[in-house]
Amino acid sequence: MISELLIKVGMADLNTAANGEHLKTTGLGSCVGLTLFDPTKHVAGMAHVMLPSSSIAREAPINVAKYADTAIPELIERMLALGANVSRLQAKMAGGSQMFTLPGQTDSLRIGPRNVESCLMMLEQYSIPLISQDTGGNFGRTIELSSKSGMLTIRSVQHGIKEI
Amino acid sequence: MANYNRFEAFEMDVLKEVGNIGAGNAATAMSTLLNKPIDMSVPSVQLLPFEEVAERVGGSEQIVIAVFLRVEGDVPGNMFFIMQEHYALQLMKQLLPKEHLDDGTYSELELSTLCEIGNILAGSYLSSLADFTQLQLLPSVPSIAHDMAGAILSYGLMQYGEMGDSALLIETSFLEDCKSLEGHFFLIPDPNSFDIIFRALGVRLG
Repeated sequence: MISELLIKVGMADLNTAANGEHLKTTGLGSCVGLTLFDPTKHVAGMAHVMLPSSSIAREAPINVAKYADTAIPELIERMLALGANVSRLQAKMAGGSQMFTLPGQTDSLRIGPRNVESCLMMLEQYSIPLISQDTGGNFGRTIELSSKSGMLTIRSVQHGIKEI
Repeated sequence: MANYNRFEAFEMDVLKEVGNIGAGNAATAMSTLLNKPIDMSVPSVQLLPFEEVAERVGGSEQIVIAVFLRVEGDVPGNMFFIMQEHYALQLMKQLLPKEHLDDGTYSELELSTLCEIGNILAGSYLSSLADFTQLQLLPSVPSIAHDMAGAILSYGLMQYGEMGDSALLIETSFLEDCKSLEGHFFLIPDPNSFDIIFRALGVRLG
């Protein structure tokens, strides 16, 4: 794994990759790292989703990469432009953990599981199969997706490296 | 509502003073606890893009020990006390020399000790702030994590998520004389809390 170009995806950000490039996002907590991959065209996409729904947005214009319901359509759009086909796309996701547990927790602090649910709903809408996931728990993750193999590598402090 | 995107220099100074008073008291508590002189940095108040918040403690993947308290009451917000791993280990060597194994892991007792230290420090930060502003601040029970800074801090930014891509942080650091110990406080008031802080401190809002 040398000299592959690494494309960084920030928080509330999304990006695409092709030609063997890798996509990487770091420090996912309650955020969800959603990845899409077209195995025929070797086109990959990654979104670092922070919130479940843009319906609560109080910003204008909104950052589409931030919300599950807007990030996934945008990511698909960009991948189509690179030659991907929606019917071939495969999804993987990681993150959506709950970093801290507090008694009497309000809904806004249960954001991780809600992000996961919302991403699942969007995938369902586009009939994109979820191949594998590593979500939940109470720890952070860093993920890297290869646009060559579609392999998603997940790194965490407590559980080391895992490939899904 | 005061718009945290466009605070005047004067308002930023008021928030710095908030950090100053809080962290000053916390540093005194730390100094008492360790029986050593503790220095404090000048507080920094900044509107930071989400992406840059974790850079303040060494980057998104930097492994840190963090104690988190959710503050409710008049000024809802999130409070973090964060130490880089090697400083936390250093602290454990001083406080629990018999318990500490030098293998980079933390025992239950060590984590609970660190959590309590965070609780004491954050508690003295918040209670001095409450005294100063005459506002009611109700911190939750503390919760500790040993994980990536990015994953931890993003938890405290959610309230800003729906408003934009940056958050206003009041940050203060302290260090021990010989630099064997360093810690960071992050107070992240909810976006709606600034009006209340300003009003309590006699800032006239335009």
